[in-house]
Amino acid sequence: MSALQRYVLRLADTSLVLGQRLGEWVGHAPALEEDLGLANVSLDLIGQARLLLTYAGEIEGRGRSEDDLAMAREGSDFLNLAIAEQPNGDFGRTIVRQCLVDAFQLEMYEALQRSTDARIAEIATKALKETRYHFRYSAGWVVRLGDGTDESHARAQKALDELWRFTMEFFVADALDDEMARAGVAPVLAELAPRWSARIDDVLREATLKRPADVPYSWHGKRGDHTEHLGYLLAEMQYMHRAYPGASW
Amino acid sequence: MSSSAGAHESAPAVSAPRSTSERESAVWRVLESVPDPEIPILTIVDLGIVRHVRWDADGELHVALTPTYSGCPATDVIRSSVKRALSCAGYANAIVDSVLSPPWTSDWLSEEGRRKLVAYGIAPPAESVENPRRLFGSPLVACPRCGSDATERVSEFGSTPCKAHYRCTDCLEPFDYFKCI
Repeated sequence: MSALQRYVLRLADTSLVLGQRLGEWVGHAPALEEDLGLANVSLDLIGQARLLLTYAGEIEGRGRSEDDLAMAREGSDFLNLAIAEQPNGDFGRTIVRQCLVDAFQLEMYEALQRSTDARIAEIATKALKETRYHFRYSAGWVVRLGDGTDESHARAQKALDELWRFTMEFFVADALDDEMARAGVAPVLAELAPRWSARIDDVLREATLKRPADVPYSWHGKRGDHTEHLGYLLAEMQYMHRAYPGASW
Repeated sequence: MSSSAGAHESAPAVSAPRSTSERESAVWRVLESVPDPEIPILTIVDLGIVRHVRWDADGELHVALTPTYSGCPATDVIRSSVKRALSCAGYANAIVDSVLSPPWTSDWLSEEGRRKLVAYGIAPPAESVENPRRLFGSPLVACPRCGSDATERVSEFGSTPCKAHYRCTDCLEPFDYFKCI
């Protein structure tokens, strides 16, 4: 698998897995408006993943489609950030997770618009428009929950404390990130960190939430090392395709 | 709506056919018969998602479509509707391409499309994405039923990716707003 294909899969899988997680809320959100909101964001993320997976299949050149890549890979082949696969928990936890990832995707897509890879650049330009309102939505809710009741504040803070450790992975570059940055395909991750940090600090300040301390350990979901939660998510997502390969209606 | 009309008149009519050659016009007329599956009052030409109609060196007809939103589920339906409409009109071998760049913007909605939306009960985008002032505050969205500007946003997300959910505080009717993106 080429470095470019692996890199595109990283981008694709984070959107796909997070989109699948948000989809679990359909019919279960606390209010109809939020049900629609989460479903809309989910749909955008899955749409972004489809564009990226299609491209990853084309780079590979072995005829694998977006569906083959989404539905017929094993867990260790998925290269999403580990935060994307974390369980939804309550609405507050889902929203905190979303806000952390939205802010990261904002910085990523902003930078990837200038990628030397034309296809990545055009997908990023399209996705950025959507990510802007994803962040507006999730950040707005983090503020309302954090600066809401004692109960909502406590739950939002707990979610933040538990999810923060997964954000280390966003900016720890490995050999693939470095190679892509040298080729101008991807940004230097360390350069995105201060902007992400400032954006998140603004939200947390308004939400009266306390920024947790960074931890030295980083997950490596983007290298295929996942938490136990991904397997369960894939089992549900891939069931139909695996039971009836190639089925269509 | 009068407050926002100016911004749209000056917006480039990117979705309009650029060539007036008869051959192309005939294809555009076929495309004008294809409705958007989620807002069937609009044609795909009204929506501004047909990017070009052209023949390649081998004489194959190419029609390029761009998605409104990355995950819009209507995209696949539109694609097959276009193929079917072209095939019925005698362009059996037409190739439907997908283009992403430049990305679709609600500014490409035609004037005709905006009028149809209001008649259908959906408020059209109240501003242009080119408008620098859009960064400040929310746009004034007029109720498509009673025309009042006294409206409020219920949710940024609505029944389809392209719409937000609004409510008129004068006539009290809920309505969809075609988002500005």
